[in-house]
Amino acid sequence: MSYLSPLIAVGLTLVTGLIFSILIGLNPVSAFHAFFIAPIDDLYGLGELGVKAAPLMLIAVGLAIGFRSNIWNIGAEGQLTVGAICGGGLGLYFYESESSWLLPAMIVFGAIGGMLWASIPAFLRTRFSTNEILVSLMLNYVAVLILSYLVHGPWRDPDGFNFPESRIFSDAGTLPIILAETRLHIGILLALGAVILGWVFVRKSFVGYQMQVAGMAEFAARYAGFKRNRMVWTGLLVGGGAAGVAGLCEVAGPIGQLLPSVSPGYGYAAIIVAFVGRLHPVGIMLASLLMSLLYLGGETAQMDLGLPSAITGVFQGVLLFYLLAADLFINFRLRMTQVVSVLSAKGSAS
Amino acid sequence: MTETIIGILLATLGAGTPLVYAALGELVAEKSGVLNLGVEGMMLVGAVCGFAVAADSGNLWFGVGAAIAAGAAMAALFGVLTLTFQANQVAAGLALTIFGVGLSAYIGLDYTSESLTGLQAVVIPVLSQIPIVGPLLFSLDPLLYFSFVVFAAVTWFLYRTKSGLLLRAVGESPQSAHAIGYPVIRIRYMAVLFGGAMAGLGGAYLALVYTPLWVEAMTAGRGWISLALVVFATWRPARVMVGAYLFGGVTIVQFHIQGFGVDLPSQLLSTLPYLATILVLVLISRNINTIRLNAPASLAKAYHPAA
Repeated sequence: MSYLSPLIAVGLTLVTGLIFSILIGLNPVSAFHAFFIAPIDDLYGLGELGVKAAPLMLIAVGLAIGFRSNIWNIGAEGQLTVGAICGGGLGLYFYESESSWLLPAMIVFGAIGGMLWASIPAFLRTRFSTNEILVSLMLNYVAVLILSYLVHGPWRDPDGFNFPESRIFSDAGTLPIILAETRLHIGILLALGAVILGWVFVRKSFVGYQMQVAGMAEFAARYAGFKRNRMVWTGLLVGGGAAGVAGLCEVAGPIGQLLPSVSPGYGYAAIIVAFVGRLHPVGIMLASLLMSLLYLGGETAQMDLGLPSAITGVFQGVLLFYLLAADLFINFRLRMTQVVSVLSAKGSAS
Repeated sequence: MTETIIGILLATLGAGTPLVYAALGELVAEKSGVLNLGVEGMMLVGAVCGFAVAADSGNLWFGVGAAIAAGAAMAALFGVLTLTFQANQVAAGLALTIFGVGLSAYIGLDYTSESLTGLQAVVIPVLSQIPIVGPLLFSLDPLLYFSFVVFAAVTWFLYRTKSGLLLRAVGESPQSAHAIGYPVIRIRYMAVLFGGAMAGLGGAYLALVYTPLWVEAMTAGRGWISLALVVFATWRPARVMVGAYLFGGVTIVQFHIQGFGVDLPSQLLSTLPYLATILVLVLISRNINTIRLNAPASLAKAYHPAA
C-alpha cells in the first residue's frame, strides 16, 4: 500500500507542472514533451539518463541505510565533494600514469574521502551527542570551499591559462565508457552493484535488521541491547562512502578534471530520491531514474523553452511535498479509526 | 583605532541581524514543539521577494512587507504538511529548503544584475553624539532597531504573557494542553507562521540592507546557522542574541584577518563561520543533560489531537 504514495506524488507533480506551464503561457503538450520525451528520445539521451541516475542511485542507497534508523546524514553533498578531492587528488598526483591500478585506487580513495568526511558527524554524534543534521550540513559548505581553494590555488592546471580548473585526468584515470556514442560510464554499474549490496544489507544482514528495528521502535532496539553508536557509525560511513564514490565517478567520468563545482546538488537531490524510493534499494533505483529525468528535462526546457534550470529544484521540492502529504492518505486508509478521531478533535479545536 | 573598532562592531551588528531574526522566529516555533528545518529556504524566498518587490515598486518598505508575507507563506506550506498532514518534520523541513532554493533562484532570475539603495541609517539626534555608544547604538538602520524590538517582544511574550506560557506548554506536553481544551494545532500553526515571517524578514535584511542585492543562494547557510544558534542558545532568546552577534563577529573577522597579517586564502577563511557553528554545537551538546533539560519536550514530534 505504501508503494502507492510515490505514484500519487509523481502524478500530482505532473499535474502541477502542467498547470504551471499553462499559467506562464506555454503549450502544456510541448512543455511535457520538452521535459519528459525530448531528453531521452535517442541513444545519447538514454545514456545521459544513466549518467545522471548513477550518482543519485549510489548516494541515495547509502543515505537510505542511515535514514531507516533515523540517522539524518544530509551532508552527502560535502561527502561527494571530499570523495572527488581525495580520489581526484590521487589522479592528479599520477597524472601521467598509465597503470590499470590507477582507477580502482582512485575509487577506493573516493570512498575513503567520503567516509572520512562522514566520520566527523559520526564521531561528534557518538562522542558528544552533537546533532548530526547540522554538523553534516555545515561540512557541505566547508568541503565546497576547500575544493574551490584547491582548484584556484595549488591544484590549478599549470598550463590552464589561470582558469580555476585542474589538469585533465589521464586515460588510465578516467572511467571507461560502456555504451558507444554516449557518455554512459561504468559508474552506472557501480550504482547497480550498490543497489544489490544495499538490498542484501537491508534484508539479509543482522546489522541491517537492527537498524530497521531502531528506526521503527527506538526503545525496543535499546531494550534488545542493540548498540546505537554502532548504528550511527554504520549509517554515516555507508552514506559517506557511497557519496564519495559518486563524487569520484563524477570527476573521473563526465567531468574529467576537478572544477570549483563538481555536482549540481546531487547530494541534496539524493535525499529526495531516497524518500521517493521508500528507502528501499529497488524503489531508489526507479526514483533515481525519475530524478535524473527531472534534471535532463530541466536542461532541455532551458534550451527549448527558455525556462531557467532552477525549475528543476522547484519541482524536486514539490515532488517531496506531495509524497509526504500522500503518505497521510495511505496511512488514513489503513487506520480508519484514526481518521474519525483526528477530524473530530479538529472540530472541537476550531 | 577607535574608528576601526566601531566600524568592525557596526559591521558585526549588521552581519548578526539576519541571524537574530531567523533564529528568534525559529525559537518561537521550536518552543511550540515544531522543528522547521526549512529556515534556509524561507530566508531565501523572503530575500528574493523582498528584493523583487522593492526593486519593482521603488519602495523598500513594500519589499520588507513582501518578504515577511513570503516567509510566512512558505511556513504555511510547512504547517499544512506537518500539522495538518502529520508528515515527518525533518523530511518536510528539508523539502521546504530544497523547494525554497529552487523557487528563489527562479523568481530572482530577472533581478540578479539589478541593484538598489538599501535602507539608510536613522541617526537619533543628541543620543548619537555620545562617544562610542552613540554611533554604535543610535545611528543604525530601522530594521536593526526593529530587531531589538522583536527580541524584547519575544522575550516578553514567552515569559510574561499567558499566551506565551500556553505556547510553551504546547511544546512541552501537547496532550496536557489539549486535555485542558487548548487548540494545540492552531497554536502551533501560529508559532510556525511567526517563525516563517521572521525568517523572511531576516532574508529581507540581507537583500535590502546588508548587501543590498540579490544573488542566487545568497544566504550561504545562514538559515542552518540560525537553527544551530537556537540549540546553542538552549532555547533562550537572550542567548540567541549573544550567539547571533558572535557569529556576525566571526563573519566580519574573516574580512579583517588578512589585514592583521594572517596569510590564509580567502576560501579557507570563509569556512570559519561553519567551523565555528560545529564547535559551539559540540560545546553545548557535550553534556547530554544540557539539551535534554532545555529542549521543548515534544520537539519534532507530530501530535495527533486525540491519540
